Amino acid sequence: MRELPAYYGFWHYLGHYGLRVLVALVLAFLMLPILIIIPLSFNVEPYFSFTEGMLRLDPDAYSTRWYEQVFNDPRWILSIKNSFIVGIAAATLSTVLGTIAAVGLASPVMPFKRLITALLLSPMIVPVIIIAAGMFFFYTRFNLVGSHLGLILAHAALGIPFVIITVTATLTGFDRSLYHAAIGMGASPLKAFWDIVIPLIRPGVISGGLFAFVTSFDEVVVVLFLAGPAQRTIPRQMFSGLREQINPTILAVATMLILISIALLVTLELLRRRSERIRMGTSA
Amino acid sequence: MTNTSSAYLRFQNVKKTYDHESLVVKDFSLDVAKGEFLTLLGPSGSGKSTVLMMLAGFESVTSGEISIDGVSITRLPPYKRNIGMVFQNYALFPHMTIEENLAYPLTVRNMAKAKIRDRVGEYLGLIEMQKFGKRFPGQLSGGQRQRVALARALIFEPSLVLMDEPLGALDKKLREQMQYEITRLHQMMGYTVIYVTHDQTEALSMSDRIAVFDDGIVQQCASPAELYERPRNAFVADFIGENNFIRGRVSKVEGEVVHIALPGGDTVTARAESELRHDQEAIISVRPEKLFVEPTSHASDNRVPARFVTRHYVGDFIRYYFQLSDGTEITVKVLNDLTAPNFSEGDEAGLVWLIKDCSAYPA
Repeated sequence: MRELPAYYGFWHYLGHYGLRVLVALVLAFLMLPILIIIPLSFNVEPYFSFTEGMLRLDPDAYSTRWYEQVFNDPRWILSIKNSFIVGIAAATLSTVLGTIAAVGLASPVMPFKRLITALLLSPMIVPVIIIAAGMFFFYTRFNLVGSHLGLILAHAALGIPFVIITVTATLTGFDRSLYHAAIGMGASPLKAFWDIVIPLIRPGVISGGLFAFVTSFDEVVVVLFLAGPAQRTIPRQMFSGLREQINPTILAVATMLILISIALLVTLELLRRRSERIRMGTSA
Repeated sequence: MTNTSSAYLRFQNVKKTYDHESLVVKDFSLDVAKGEFLTLLGPSGSGKSTVLMMLAGFESVTSGEISIDGVSITRLPPYKRNIGMVFQNYALFPHMTIEENLAYPLTVRNMAKAKIRDRVGEYLGLIEMQKFGKRFPGQLSGGQRQRVALARALIFEPSLVLMDEPLGALDKKLREQMQYEITRLHQMMGYTVIYVTHDQTEALSMSDRIAVFDDGIVQQCASPAELYERPRNAFVADFIGENNFIRGRVSKVEGEVVHIALPGGDTVTARAESELRHDQEAIISVRPEKLFVEPTSHASDNRVPARFVTRHYVGDFIRYYFQLSDGTEITVKVLNDLTAPNFSEGDEAGLVWLIKDCSAYPA
């Protein structure tokens, strides 16, 4: 640890360590509600609280029965399947559309850039409940309510802004003369885009896609409006589970979701480092 | 100017405007011979880069024609023009190795793999970088990257090579080395080069011809020596190299030679670079190294008295500052040898020079 300055007096020390305690408290405030779920999901009893056995760390007080229950309940299985189908399809769609939009917006000859950017980012700013209500009325006309396609389209719309933001961020560092160089060497614009632009903005594209996936994965409001019983996703199932079957199954699902989130975060960080290496030009 | 029959690259009345009001390039016409090294030289915003961008196809031509070997390329997309280009920031693809970078233009031309490998090896040898083929651009020094960029612009045997201030980002030593490298490859392979720079030393030492740009038009297009020795107008005289300018009035016209009366009462003779009439305001230019301080063994046609102000020691030469009686400042470059005179401030001296080193322009 860093050595403290020699001129430190009592109040300096108080401030120095006080700040650390405060930071730890803020961190606990953020993390505890999430972390508390993990041990509780291994509760042998169907309660949402720590039993005496758990506090004594008695192995018999812990079990994986709620996990088994998740994987034996057809409703949970269906919702997990739905979440992945909708999430992956929506993320793919948002990634493709968002990347194209970001590349277009980065072009120096694009007119009305600010207005179009604002419009494209609006799904992130407008309250979800309004979007969901609007989509419900709009999609009804096309018979998309209560279909997988409807949910995928809706979630793709919500995910596009994230892709636009991350891809735009990587594009701001993109040297347009690379694209010109490729074209000058005889590559068609499409080939130059595929060979040069895409590999260099790939980290932004992938992290945008992951954000879009997570957005769809934990979205519940739009699902409440648009999904029928056959389109139930994990958050929707948890939502009804909270009312119908009060037991730690939900906590087991929640724990798995936390692990997935952590995995995605780690992926993002690795991608960020990789892109930084490429920018420094030392990637291998 | 090259004659019509030897024209390989040809600009005919090319104009460019971005806003439909002011022309960035005004009526640009120029013929370039095959194998020529032509430099577009000018201050920033003079239109030289716009000409290059139109040639490469990244900017459209407002009006006029550009043709290579008699075939118009004005309406050809950049990827069909077969023009190699070296960018100022190298524009090497950071995610590809040096070999992959060099192979790229061949790959997009669907050349056979074995042939690509041979050609890449050959060009790596040409730039003496055989050992670096598997490295990434980020692992090379600036000079090495520049050499790769050069090889990549040449490897597909383009009909023309464009270089947009390729040495701008290098330090002085490396720049001189790369100038040599570019000249060597040009002489060895004989390709046609259009080179853009604002660095006149670079332009003078490398080019067959230089087109000096200002304000969207070519002020003069000539060989480096002609440009330096016989600038056609005051802008070129000032832009290329150092120059002294003295104002006066035409007192007599004798064909190519004019007599100019200076405000201080002296009269000097100069070569008229453009039409000058009797009693017209004129400006004469004479380069600092063509001026000599009396006493001197050099022949002289003109002599004006001047007052010594100060001198700056540069190293290989010494720069003397004088003032004429009307206050005009005159710089004289004197070789740093035993004959370099010693003056103290306010000393009177005579400055002499030859008619052939002195040009007169309308003021």
